[in-house]
Amino acid sequence: MHELSIIHSIIETASSELARRGNRHQIEEITLKIGELAGIETDSIIFLWSAAVERTPLENAVLNIEHIPGKARCTECQQEFQIAQFYDPCPKCQSHFIEILAGEELQIASLILEDTANPESKMPGPALASTHSR
Amino acid sequence: MTAPEPSKTLVELERDILDKNNRLAERNRGFFEARDILALNLVSSPGSGKTALLERTLTDIGGKINFAVIEGDQQTSRDAERIAAAGSAVVQINTGKGCHLEASMVHDAIRQLQPEGNSVVMIENVGNLVCPSLFDLGESKRVVVISITEGEDKPIKYPDMFRSADLCVINKIDLLPYLKFDLNALRDYALQVNPKLEFLEVSATVGTGMEAWYQWIQQARPSA
Ligand SMILES: Nc1nc2c(ncn2[C@@H]2O[C@H](COP(=O)(O)OP(=O)(O)OP(=O)(O)O)[C@@H](O)[C@H]2O)c(=O)[nH]1
Ligand SMILES: [Mg+2]
Ligand SMILES: [Zn+2]
Ligand SMILES: [Zn+2]
Repeated sequence: MHELSIIHSIIETASSELARRGNRHQIEEITLKIGELAGIETDSIIFLWSAAVERTPLENAVLNIEHIPGKARCTECQQEFQIAQFYDPCPKCQSHFIEILAGEELQIASLILEDTANPESKMPGPALASTHSR
Repeated sequence: MTAPEPSKTLVELERDILDKNNRLAERNRGFFEARDILALNLVSSPGSGKTALLERTLTDIGGKINFAVIEGDQQTSRDAERIAAAGSAVVQINTGKGCHLEASMVHDAIRQLQPEGNSVVMIENVGNLVCPSLFDLGESKRVVVISITEGEDKPIKYPDMFRSADLCVINKIDLLPYLKFDLNALRDYALQVNPKLEFLEVSATVGTGMEAWYQWIQQARPSA
C-alpha cells in the first residue's frame, strides 16, 4: 500500500517545514494536488489519513485534495486533448505517441499555519522561545 | 523581527511529495554513473520470474561480467540465498510491510555492496506491479518482467509500471504450447501505454532467448 508511504512523506515534509519555522506553528490545513495520472488512489489516501496522522503535526489539520485532470499533446499531430488513462490514443490521429502536459502531479500545494506563539492565539506560549531560525 | 505576525500564514509549498526519494535517487544515479555501472531495477508481479532470470544470468555470464545484486523482499531471505548460491555478491533488504523499494534503501545497500566500477547492479524489487512504479531508485533502466501465465491485458491494468519501464521481458515462454496466451495482444496493450517499450521473450528456466537478454545488457552498459 504505497498510499501509506505517501502519507508518511507528507508528514515528514510538513514536519520539517514546521521545524524550519521554529516549531511554533500548528497546521490548520493542508492542500494536496493529485493528478489523475499520478498512480495514487485518492480514496485510499482519505481512508488511511486520520489513522496515519495521529500524533503527528497533521493530526488536526483539514485535508484538501485538488484533482488535476489529465492533459496530453500528440507528438505526431500536436493535438491537445484530455486523457483519463495513459493508453488513451490521440482522438485526431489515434497515435499513442503522446506527451503528458498535466495530470501527473503529486504535490503538497500549500499549508495554512497558525502561530501558536502569537499572543492572540489560544496558547499563550513563551514568546521569547528560541524561534529565531534561519 | 518587529512587524507583528498575523497568526495565520499561508505557505505555498508546491513541493513534490516524492521529492526526498527523487533527490536520493539522483544521488544513487550519480554514484552509478561515476563508476560506469549499469543498474537495473527489475519489477514484476509476484512470481513472474525475476529471481529465476537473475539466477540464470549469473550462472551464464557471471564469469564475464561483474554483478552485484540487491534483493528486495517483504519477509524472507530466500531470494538472496538463491542469488548467493549462483555466486554473486548480494544484499538483502526486507521491506516488511512496505510493498516497494525506495531510493534510501538502495542507497544503504550500495554502501554495503560497494559495487566495482564497470559492474552491473541488479535490483530485484518487491513483487508488486503497483507501488514500485512510483519510486525512482536511481536505476539506469527499468525492466518489467511479465510471465505468460498472467493476463495479456496486464499493461493496461497496471499502466504506470509499463509506462515507466524501458524493457519488457516476457518470461516462461516454454509454457506457450500449454497456454492460450496471445503474445501480440500483450505487445499491443503494452505499446498503447508506452510506444517506446522494447520486448524480449525468454524462458529463464529453460534458457530460451537468454542470449538476446545478455546482448541487451551489454549494449545498455555505459562502457558499451
Ligand atoms: N516454466 C517456467 N517456470 C519459471 C520460469 N521462470 C521462473 N519460473 C518459475 O516461477 C516461479 C517463480 O519464480 P521466481 O523467480 O521466484 O519469481 P519472482 O518474480 O522472483 O517472485 P517474487 O520474488 O516472489 O516476486 C518459480 O517456481 C520458478 O521456477 C520459466 O521461464 N518457465
Ligand atoms: Mg524473487
Ligand atoms: Zn503498495
Ligand atoms: Zn495525433
